[in-house]
Amino acid sequence: MNKSVVFGALTVAGLAAGAAAAGTLDDVKARGKLNCGVSTGLVGFAAPDASGEWKGFDVAVCRAVAAAVLDDPSAVEFVPTTGKTRFTALASGEIDMLARNTTWTFSRDVDLKFEFVGVNYYDGQGFMIPKELGVSSAKELDGATVCIQTGTTTELNLADFFRANNISYEPVPIETNAEAQQQYLAGACDVYTTDASGLAATRATFENPGDHIVLPEIVSKEPLGPLVRHGDNEWGDIVRWTLNALISAEELGVTSTNVAGLGEKANPETPEINRLLGTEGNLGEMLGLDADWAKRAIAVEGNYGEIFEKNIGESTPIGLARGLNGQWKNGGLLYSPPFR
Amino acid sequence: MSDTHAQSVAFVRETQIPPSDPPSSQTGAVKWMHENLFSSWFYGLLTLLSLYVIYVVLAGFLPWLFNGVWQASSIRECREVLDGATGGCFAVLTERWNQLLFGIAYPQDSYWRPLLAFVLLFIAAAPVLFAMLPRQMLLFTAIYPFLAFWLIWGGTILWPLLALAGFIVGYVVFGRLVKQSFAYGFFGAIVAAMITWWIGGFIVPAIAPEQTLLSAVPSRDMGGFMLNMILGTVCVSLSLPIGIVLALGRQSSMPIIKWICVVYIEFIRGVPLITLLFVASVVLAYFFPPGSNLDLVLRVIIMITMFSSAYIAEVIRGGLAALPRGQYEAADSLGLDYPQAMRLIVLPQALKISIPGIVNVAVGLFKDTTLVSVISMFDLVGAIRGPILAATEWNGVYWELWLFAALLFFIVCYGISQYSQWLERQLATDHR
Repeated sequence: MNKSVVFGALTVAGLAAGAAAAGTLDDVKARGKLNCGVSTGLVGFAAPDASGEWKGFDVAVCRAVAAAVLDDPSAVEFVPTTGKTRFTALASGEIDMLARNTTWTFSRDVDLKFEFVGVNYYDGQGFMIPKELGVSSAKELDGATVCIQTGTTTELNLADFFRANNISYEPVPIETNAEAQQQYLAGACDVYTTDASGLAATRATFENPGDHIVLPEIVSKEPLGPLVRHGDNEWGDIVRWTLNALISAEELGVTSTNVAGLGEKANPETPEINRLLGTEGNLGEMLGLDADWAKRAIAVEGNYGEIFEKNIGESTPIGLARGLNGQWKNGGLLYSPPFR
Repeated sequence: MSDTHAQSVAFVRETQIPPSDPPSSQTGAVKWMHENLFSSWFYGLLTLLSLYVIYVVLAGFLPWLFNGVWQASSIRECREVLDGATGGCFAVLTERWNQLLFGIAYPQDSYWRPLLAFVLLFIAAAPVLFAMLPRQMLLFTAIYPFLAFWLIWGGTILWPLLALAGFIVGYVVFGRLVKQSFAYGFFGAIVAAMITWWIGGFIVPAIAPEQTLLSAVPSRDMGGFMLNMILGTVCVSLSLPIGIVLALGRQSSMPIIKWICVVYIEFIRGVPLITLLFVASVVLAYFFPPGSNLDLVLRVIIMITMFSSAYIAEVIRGGLAALPRGQYEAADSLGLDYPQAMRLIVLPQALKISIPGIVNVAVGLFKDTTLVSVISMFDLVGAIRGPILAATEWNGVYWELWLFAALLFFIVCYGISQYSQWLERQLATDHR
């Protein structure tokens, strides 16, 4: 009998949580703030600056959504989450969306009952080695010692890659990225492997970044994207199409500087821009927002390309090239469905 | 006899030779070094080796410390300034000083509030720690928790006043009823305090003004060393009385009370603190109805207090067990009832024996407060690991930040330890 009481309480709690999740948009509007889960700190992607203001590539997505929904890019409550707490924070309703360099995988999407609304960064596992080793391809790394974070998918990917190429390696298990940097610089391992964006950020902190190279091989797919809870498709649509609006804006040449001018009145020559910026059609209304939603989202930090350049692009110390994250017209993978 | 050799001896000294200085090899620094450093060739070798090691360490550390850069905006700028020379990049400490102390989100124009609370903490703690101070100061100690809460969290002063009112009502009721029986007074006081808070819970929101003197700061914005200090002070001071009650309960002859205490202590001691923290931060969120969320810092305080009070209970039980049986019997033969016997005879002796153990738990607890960084709170360690090391400007600065954190913790823990040794000397009544 005791057991049934406990299960009963659990069910009620679950139902109550489900009921609250049904109207996230209304909740956010009533609250006047978007609760956005971000990383506790990842170079270039999310970190507060000296005055405590959050900056970064993932943070920009939160701000764009807040601008679209609440007309205020600063109306965001950033909830720092670790790799361990992020999913419970989202599932329990503590946060409305999670933008925390989270890899879109089958089990997270299906089994954990989340909805990935898109991909804002295509990452993949890479290798960094000192230049003096004279190695130009990961396949030449036979017998190398490799620094690797334990308990991550990178560990499994590494084993797969070396087995597939029939070469051997010796793993040096480490716990955090900070530890890895020290071990690698101290020469405890020949190779450091983690996500390519992480490698670039790590390399940028070295005293002589030029002495180290990131090998061209990428051995895994890590599509990182924002996600929301299952079951509230209206809210999922808003986050999805805000991200798509940023990507489309770059494709269409809408930037933070010209968005105000382009959005003033419809230009008959550019119908898709008109629809995106709400001067034509009623896309905003379909989302449950007003016509200017995308205009506001783009005005915050600009389109996808501008956000990329400002936070992790080649002009920053991290210096990531666009690569896979270029527009589809430029050979990248960014391909927003049409606004129509 | 004396004149037998009067002529045969050429010289007889008639005064005593003034004492001369010992030979230089038997005095001062030379003697000390000979005895302590070079008493044999083997120890001499070890001495030289140690000197070399000390030299190597200092030769690396001192230039790094004194040649450090204190003004720069990023690690790259630090390196430019140093231009290849050895030196620490301490600029990160100056730029992120406020974040290290107060966390990333505490409003900057309100930093004086936690600082004032910190200064007042010493005044409030002084009469508890030093028995020679006037006892009237304890009145301020009693008010301090509510004052500090109001200073740090801000908002309307009515909530802390209500909490204080509950305690006062409870105390008054206790004073009235305790003459009849201790249990009567104890439970009567709890009920009276509960009723006060329950009624006040309706009144305060109704009359609370919109504009408050101090702006409210949500718990999420607490951080930095301030958070460690809050958690450490609150949890230590709460877990001491709870631990005493648990230790006494475990020795009780009443089976229900005894078994509740035993099960509680053994359960808490069998579970890692980090598990309790995860329960507090993630699991509880599922059980609360949406919208009604217990404050995160409060949840963490409850969990850490539960944890440390179980440990303190065991330390005090050790003190109780060390008392000779005769002390208990003496109390009984004087006709004292249980509370009197405990308060006047048993606990003062048992607590004195337990001081080193209690301090050990308190120091450990204070350092354990850094564990909250794994549930994504930005305490000192969390702020370093998360935001500061993840900033593009400072990624890669490790030694400077961690040494600073270690220094802050060392100062506090060493202070606690020194105080406890002083207290032991003060209370020493035996003839060891």
